[in-house]
Amino acid sequence: MSEIGQYVFNGLMLGMIYAMVAVGFTLFFGVLDVIKFSHGDTLMVGAFAGLTASTGVLMLDISSPWIRLLAVVLSAVCVTGLLGAAIAKFLILPLHKAPPLNTLLATLMLGTVMRESVRLFYPDGSNSKPFPSLLPTGSVDIGTLALRADNVILLISGLAIIAGVHFLITRTRLGMAIRAVAQDGETARLMGINFEAVVLLTFALGSGMAALAGVMNGLYYNEINFNVGLLLGVIGFSAAILGGLGNIYGAILGGFLFAALQVLGSALLPALIPNIPSAYKDVFAFAVVIILMAWKPTGLIAEKSSERV
Amino acid sequence: MSKTNTVLKAAVVCAAVGMSLLSMTASAKDVVKIAFVGPLTGGVSSIGLGGRNSADLAVRLRNADPKAKYTYQLVTQDDECRPNVGVQVATKIAADKSIVAGVTHFCSAVAMGTVGVYNRFGLPVIVWGAVLPEITYGNDFKEVHRVNGTMINQSEVAAKFMISKGYKKWAIIHDTTDYGKGHNKYFSEFVKKNGGTVLSTFGVTADQQDFTTELTKIRELKPDVVYFGGLTPLGVRIRTQMEKLGIKAQFEGTSGIKSDAYIQGVGEKVAEGSLSFIEGAPWEKIPGGLFFTAKYQLQKYSEPPEAYGPFAFAAANLIMDAVEKVGPDRKKVRDVLNQTKDVDTLIGKVTFDDHRQNIVPLVTKYVVEDGKWVIWEDSSYATGKRKLSGL
Repeated sequence: MSEIGQYVFNGLMLGMIYAMVAVGFTLFFGVLDVIKFSHGDTLMVGAFAGLTASTGVLMLDISSPWIRLLAVVLSAVCVTGLLGAAIAKFLILPLHKAPPLNTLLATLMLGTVMRESVRLFYPDGSNSKPFPSLLPTGSVDIGTLALRADNVILLISGLAIIAGVHFLITRTRLGMAIRAVAQDGETARLMGINFEAVVLLTFALGSGMAALAGVMNGLYYNEINFNVGLLLGVIGFSAAILGGLGNIYGAILGGFLFAALQVLGSALLPALIPNIPSAYKDVFAFAVVIILMAWKPTGLIAEKSSERV
Repeated sequence: MSKTNTVLKAAVVCAAVGMSLLSMTASAKDVVKIAFVGPLTGGVSSIGLGGRNSADLAVRLRNADPKAKYTYQLVTQDDECRPNVGVQVATKIAADKSIVAGVTHFCSAVAMGTVGVYNRFGLPVIVWGAVLPEITYGNDFKEVHRVNGTMINQSEVAAKFMISKGYKKWAIIHDTTDYGKGHNKYFSEFVKKNGGTVLSTFGVTADQQDFTTELTKIRELKPDVVYFGGLTPLGVRIRTQMEKLGIKAQFEGTSGIKSDAYIQGVGEKVAEGSLSFIEGAPWEKIPGGLFFTAKYQLQKYSEPPEAYGPFAFAAANLIMDAVEKVGPDRKKVRDVLNQTKDVDTLIGKVTFDDHRQNIVPLVTKYVVEDGKWVIWEDSSYATGKRKLSGL
C-alpha cells in the first residue's frame, strides 16, 4: 500500500514540474498564438543560472542554505525572465506576421543553440552537474513511504507558484492586460494597452516559471545536465496540448495526467507483461496521449475563445 | 627599368622559396595518417576526449622520436556515441585512402554498427573502449581488433567478487542499448551460476531522467546490491536518486561509469563506495603508466585521460609499430596487427586471439574512496577499515 503512496507522491512531483512547463507553453500560445519550442531549453538555462549563483554564493563564503536558495531562485528567474523577453522581442515579435511554422522552426533551432552553448561554454558542460541540496532533508517514514521534507516543500512551492500565476492573471491589472491581448491584440492596442510590453512581460513570466521548474527539477534530483530541457520541453508541450492549448487549467491537468501515465507505465507494464522493460513508459504515455488527442482533438478542456489564458 | 627589376626580384624570391620548400620536403619524413573515432560530444564525451588526447599523445611522442621512419598525423572524428553518426564517420575515414588505420569507438552500439564498414573498405582498426563481445566474436572480420577485454570477462569478475564478499541479492538496472543489455545478460548469468539471486531487472532508456518508479520498486524488494549496466550520465542519476529514496543497497557499476565525471556528478559523499570493473591490468601500477601520466600532464590537455585513455594510447602505438615495420599499407598493417602476440604496452601484454580480441589476463576492480577511483586492493575497504554498504 505504502508502495502505491510512494508512486503517487513521485507522480505528483513529476506532474508539478510538467505542469509548470506546460503553463508556460499555454501562456505563450494564449497571448501570441505561437509555440515556443525553446521553452524546455529555457528551463535548462534557468537551472544552470541557479547553479552558477549557488557556486558564486559559496565562493563568497556564505554557507547558509536559505541565502543560497534565494540566490539560486533569483538568479534563475532573472536570467530566464530577461532571456524570455529578449526572445520575444528579437525573434518572436519580428516573426509575428510570418507563418506560425517559421516561429516554431526558429524557436526549435534557438533551443538547440542554447543547449549546445551550455554544453560547449559552461565549464565542463557536457557532463552531469550535481545540483546543491539546499532544502532540509529530514524525512517522515509512514510505513515504507518516505515523505522527505524537501520534496514536500517543493510540492507546496509548486502549487503556490501556479496559484500565484493564476492570481496574477485573473486578479491584477497586468493579468487583465494579458487577457485582453490574448483575446484580441489589435483591440487591446486601441484600448491603450501597450501591446509589446504585455507580450514581453508574458514571455518573461512564462520563462521565469520554466526556470523555477528547472530549479525544482535540480533540487528534486540533485543533478542537472545540458540535455534536461529537451524531453521536458516535449512533455510540457504534449501536456499543454493534451489539456487544451491556451487554457491554464488544461495545462496543469495535462501535466499531472502525463506524469500519472508515465508512473503507471513504468510500474505496471513490467508487472503485467514480464518482457516489457520500464523503458517503454514513455512509449506508453505518448501512445495514450495520441489516443486521447484523437478522441478530443482540442484537448481535454477545450479552449473557448472567451476564456483564453 | 624599375619594373623589370621588381619582376626579377620577385622571380628570385619565388625561386628561393621554392628551392627551400623542395629541400624541406626532401629531408622531412612521409606523413602517415591515423584516424581516431570516439564520442567527442554528448553525454559520454568526457571519456571520448580523454581517449582522443591519449591517442594524440601517442602520436606526439612518436613524432618526437628521431628513430621513427614516418611523421604521424591523427585525424579525429566524433561519433557522438550514436550508431548512425558512427557509420557515417566510419565510412568517411575508411573511404579516405590516405588513412592507414584507426583507433575506433568507445560505445558498443556504435562499434557494432561500423565493423562491417571497416571490413568492406579494408581499413584495419583497433577498438579502444567498446566491450560488447560480438564486436570481435560476432564476425570474422580480419580488420577489426580490440585491445580492451569484453564484458564477459568483466561480468564474471564483478559477479564472483561481490559473491565472495557475501552479497546475495541483486536488483539490476540496465540501459536498453546493446551495451546495457549485454551487461545485464552476462552479469545475470554469472550471478546465478555462482549462487546469487537476481530479484528484478529493469531496462531503461539511455536518456531517462527519472528513476523514482524503478527505484521505489527496488526499495520494496530490498536487494543487497543495485547493479547498473550503462554509462556515466545514467549512473549519476540512478546513484543520486537512490540516495533520495533512501535505498541503502551497495551500488555496483560497470566499466561504463569509471570516469571522474561520475564522482563529480554524484558528489564525493554519495559516490563513496561505488564499484566499477575494468578489463586490463591496473595501468597505474605498470612502469609505463607513470610515464604516460607524466607525459599526459606535460601536454596540458584540458580533459583527464579517463579510464579508457590508456587503451587508446596502446592502440595508437600498436598501429604505429606496425606501420614502422611494414610501411603505410593497409593490408600489411592489418596482417601485422593480426599477428600481435605478447607485446608490451601501457595496459599490459597484448595478444590477439583468432578473433583479434586481446586476451586480457585480468580485470581491475575499482572503488570510490574520498572522491577518487582507487584500485580495490589499495583501498581502505580491502583492508577492512571501511565497509561497503549492506555488509
